[in-house]
Amino acid sequence: MATISPVLPKLVGQRTKRREDPRLIQGRGTYVDDVALVGMQHLAFKRSDVAHGHIRSIDTSAAKAMEGVEAVYTGAEIAEFLAPMPIGTPFPSPDHRAVAVDTVRYGGEPVAVVVAVDRYVARDAADAIVVSYDTLPAVVDLELAMTGKPTVIHPAFPNNLAVALVPSGTGVSASGTVDDTAIDAAFAKAEVVISQRMMNQRLAPSAMEGRGVVAHFEPGKEKMTIWSSTQNPHILKSFIAAMTGLGQDQVRAIAPEVGGGFGAKINIYGEEYVAAAISKRLGIPVKWVEDRSESFVATTHGRDILGYIDLAAKRDGTVLGLKMRLIADIGAYNMLLTAAIPTLTMLMANGTYNIPAIRTTLTEVFTNKTPTDAYRGAGRPEATYFVERAMDMLAHELKMDPAELRRKNFIQPKQFPFATQMGAVYDSGDYEKALDLALKTAKWEQLKAERDAARAQGRLVGLGLAMYVEVCGLGPSSSLPTGGWEHSQVTIERDGRISATTGASPHGQGNETTFAQMLADQFGVPIESITILHGDTGVVKQGIGTFGSRSQAVGGTALHLAGGKVKTKMAKFAAALLEAHEDDLVFENGMIGVKGSPASGKSFASVAAFAYVPVPLPEGLEPGLSDEAFFEPANNTYPFGCHISMIEIDRQTGEPTLLRLIAVDDAGNLINPMIVEGQIHGGLAQGIGQAMIEEVVYSEDGQLLTGSFMDYAIPRAIDFPRFELEATVTPTPVNPLGAKGVGEAGTLGSTPSVVAAVVDALSEFGVKHIDMMLRPEKLWRLIQAGQGRQGGRS
Amino acid sequence: MISTPFEYSRATSLDDALAKLAATAGDSKLIAGGHSLVPLMKLRLSEPKILIDIARIPGLAGIQEKDQQIEIGAGTVHHDVASSALLQRVCPAIAECAASIGDPQVRNRGTLGGSLAHADPSADYPAVMLALDAEIHMKSAKGWRVVKAHDFFQGLFTVNLAADEIIAAVKFTPVKAAAYAKLHQRASHFAIVGVAAALDVKNGAIQSARIGLTGAASHATRLTDVEKALEGKPASADSIMTAARIAGAKLDEINSDLHASAEYRRAMVQVFTERALKGALARI
Repeated sequence: MATISPVLPKLVGQRTKRREDPRLIQGRGTYVDDVALVGMQHLAFKRSDVAHGHIRSIDTSAAKAMEGVEAVYTGAEIAEFLAPMPIGTPFPSPDHRAVAVDTVRYGGEPVAVVVAVDRYVARDAADAIVVSYDTLPAVVDLELAMTGKPTVIHPAFPNNLAVALVPSGTGVSASGTVDDTAIDAAFAKAEVVISQRMMNQRLAPSAMEGRGVVAHFEPGKEKMTIWSSTQNPHILKSFIAAMTGLGQDQVRAIAPEVGGGFGAKINIYGEEYVAAAISKRLGIPVKWVEDRSESFVATTHGRDILGYIDLAAKRDGTVLGLKMRLIADIGAYNMLLTAAIPTLTMLMANGTYNIPAIRTTLTEVFTNKTPTDAYRGAGRPEATYFVERAMDMLAHELKMDPAELRRKNFIQPKQFPFATQMGAVYDSGDYEKALDLALKTAKWEQLKAERDAARAQGRLVGLGLAMYVEVCGLGPSSSLPTGGWEHSQVTIERDGRISATTGASPHGQGNETTFAQMLADQFGVPIESITILHGDTGVVKQGIGTFGSRSQAVGGTALHLAGGKVKTKMAKFAAALLEAHEDDLVFENGMIGVKGSPASGKSFASVAAFAYVPVPLPEGLEPGLSDEAFFEPANNTYPFGCHISMIEIDRQTGEPTLLRLIAVDDAGNLINPMIVEGQIHGGLAQGIGQAMIEEVVYSEDGQLLTGSFMDYAIPRAIDFPRFELEATVTPTPVNPLGAKGVGEAGTLGSTPSVVAAVVDALSEFGVKHIDMMLRPEKLWRLIQAGQGRQGGRS
Repeated sequence: MISTPFEYSRATSLDDALAKLAATAGDSKLIAGGHSLVPLMKLRLSEPKILIDIARIPGLAGIQEKDQQIEIGAGTVHHDVASSALLQRVCPAIAECAASIGDPQVRNRGTLGGSLAHADPSADYPAVMLALDAEIHMKSAKGWRVVKAHDFFQGLFTVNLAADEIIAAVKFTPVKAAAYAKLHQRASHFAIVGVAAALDVKNGAIQSARIGLTGAASHATRLTDVEKALEGKPASADSIMTAARIAGAKLDEINSDLHASAEYRRAMVQVFTERALKGALARI
């Protein structure tokens, strides 16, 4: 008797609602701070309140005497059982202790740690520790730091140069030899050269959930379980094992719900190593949860790259050459990927353009600030910003429409795959298509007329346009020290439900939904019968993690491949039951049957049950339905798009207001357009936030002035108009899904488009460039100066 | 963000709160919405040993009209002031001021009395209290005391309120022709500069004006020179523009911080004085 199944719609490409949301918005998620274990003790870190100094003495006696305090360790004591922290890049790096031993190099660096019965006692005890410092001069300006004055932060790194100078681009060979002929010729031929110093300022990633860790070493088992708010539990597992002297088989890392990461939770932090080491030493579980004040100083910052940009062109708008001298302020230490982030700025120096000659150099500088590492976009927003600002200035200089200048210089569709001078191979693209759709969506000519009409009324209104291309879907293994693949295991359970693991551990990307959509289509079963497992190395055998907009393109492909293997095997079981050939079978509506005669089929669940009790076992088959796949992409993916902004500036106050934001993004094939739009909305918010309201500011002596949300503005819904989104679809050939990745895209084009719009709005005052953030006072001063020149118009 | 240890005690009446305050002199702090105090406690910038919670004292919150006077209980949260139909009708300036404070979370918890007692130099309410010539009604064991707003704000986080006194209510004669205009600090949404203006207009002429300024200096102050310049002038945009031109020029003390230099703030005092006056004029 055939059961009647509902016709299941295909889900890939549908706006399926996020399956994660009901539990998250009802407060039913389990975060690290929700983990409670019997006998668990709590850590609090005593942190440096000076930016640079020698530790003269630490008095922990009062803290140790407090009731409920289990132990107190100074940096020197921690160093007896914890090695300096490893980094994940090949650059030379100074020793970096999780807890400072004799010198502190940024405000907020840990100097001691308390273990106590609860968080309150721990914090009180940390306050009771008395540290005295011989304060040293601090340096917070990156160009000043390069002079070696007033201080050298690490003696082995003269002039505070973490990376002295790395050249890249045209004329630079793999071995590092440099030939200037082509770049010099490009500039010699130039009819116009744009030169501009541009600062891409420091930002605080500010995830809604701060960091946190619970470490539980079980002496009887010699096993460590570590819960952490991380983007990559498998990498955490590897590093914790290495740092605690355990094997990777002895460590289980769990990323429960993770309330955002934005790149800052890729790094493995000192607090994680300290928690693991103390748990192992004392044989008890310990917890540390970051508070917001700590987050501002102790979680890595992003951006902070200075660019000296020179763009050479002919007067018809043909770009001939680009020089990009980059100086990155990396803060006081190298973290996991710190040194590598600015190299992505070099890598993406072409932008969307066919530039005949490019020369970039990169210098990385230590300062007495919180270390930097990945932040949403991680090096690519900086590249986009520098190139797009320069293109905009060129358009202005040549009195060309900024869209037409871009169009003239695009890499053409027939040129893909396009190998850049920077070492990237752009997989696929059609930049003109994205530009044209953005212009059409914005009604560009009409918008320009509106701007001009507003100006005629004395209003300060401007338009900005920016193209972007980014590098996503990180792999392959040659580009990542951790390996550049992803892993998945798909299991058809005995009852016909499906569980699937992914090593791409999500922290807001919605993979429980998108991956289930894919499997639902692949197996022809309802999405409700699928569970996506992630974030636990005890469950997910292998993985790398979620960063570089890779979870769909790399993790999704691994899942698709694992699903395919299981499906092939399941078809063999079904073929045995149906006495049909496996190639003639279709999976649809919860049934497996012969093409054309679905009524003859077997239910998906009955085939699953048979696979686990196979009597008789079909020849050549093992029982069970579970298989895994590793997927290593041959290349990265290169999503692209065009963002357009319209801004009005209050002539009296300098306050900019974003009136319109049009974003056309091409992320290849989309699994769930609603989730993609959500990712773009978040990226736009942070990209616009960088342009308009976000900036980490230090005082000259290295005190963080923006140490709370009272002074550091996090973008809110009220800061934005309704975003106007469109998409073009240019699939990637790099993976079978054709998906490119979208998590970071919003941060790329929006930032330069907003700055361009503000510059355009102030063009009547001769303004050509403004460094971010666009503080009202900064704009007011430009208006005042400009009005002064115009003869006191007010 | 862990405060030092404290005890907590909930007051059941104003007199109960006064008794608790007296019994714990020097060691206690009153808490209502907690939106000024709790952040300071979390940063350990304030370390009270005892918190006396006055948020649920019956009758301490509420907005009433009596004898052509408005009385707002000290425990009234900003949202209730912002959304009061009565205030929007008879004195829209205070409603628009309350609506501009912080964010929805702050407006749903923070109270009028708390804001006035805390007297953050960038708080919004003080400007409006000055412009409305409001009376601050406070009680202690000795009885009631009433202080006019212009005698209340005395310095940086310093007000004319004794350690044994509690603000119970604010009273003022509602002014329709009044408005509040502010330059928002984009992180905190405190006022970089906030100006409240109230006009008394008869037969097309400005009889008197009261202008309260916040954000610019250590505490909220009246712009008496602008007030004087407006007296007797026609109620017109021109009068306002002319009078506003001197706003801020004579302030001898002006704040400078990460968000705005003294020079910019001074210029914004002029801009927002003009805007507040224009807003008030539009409500005549």
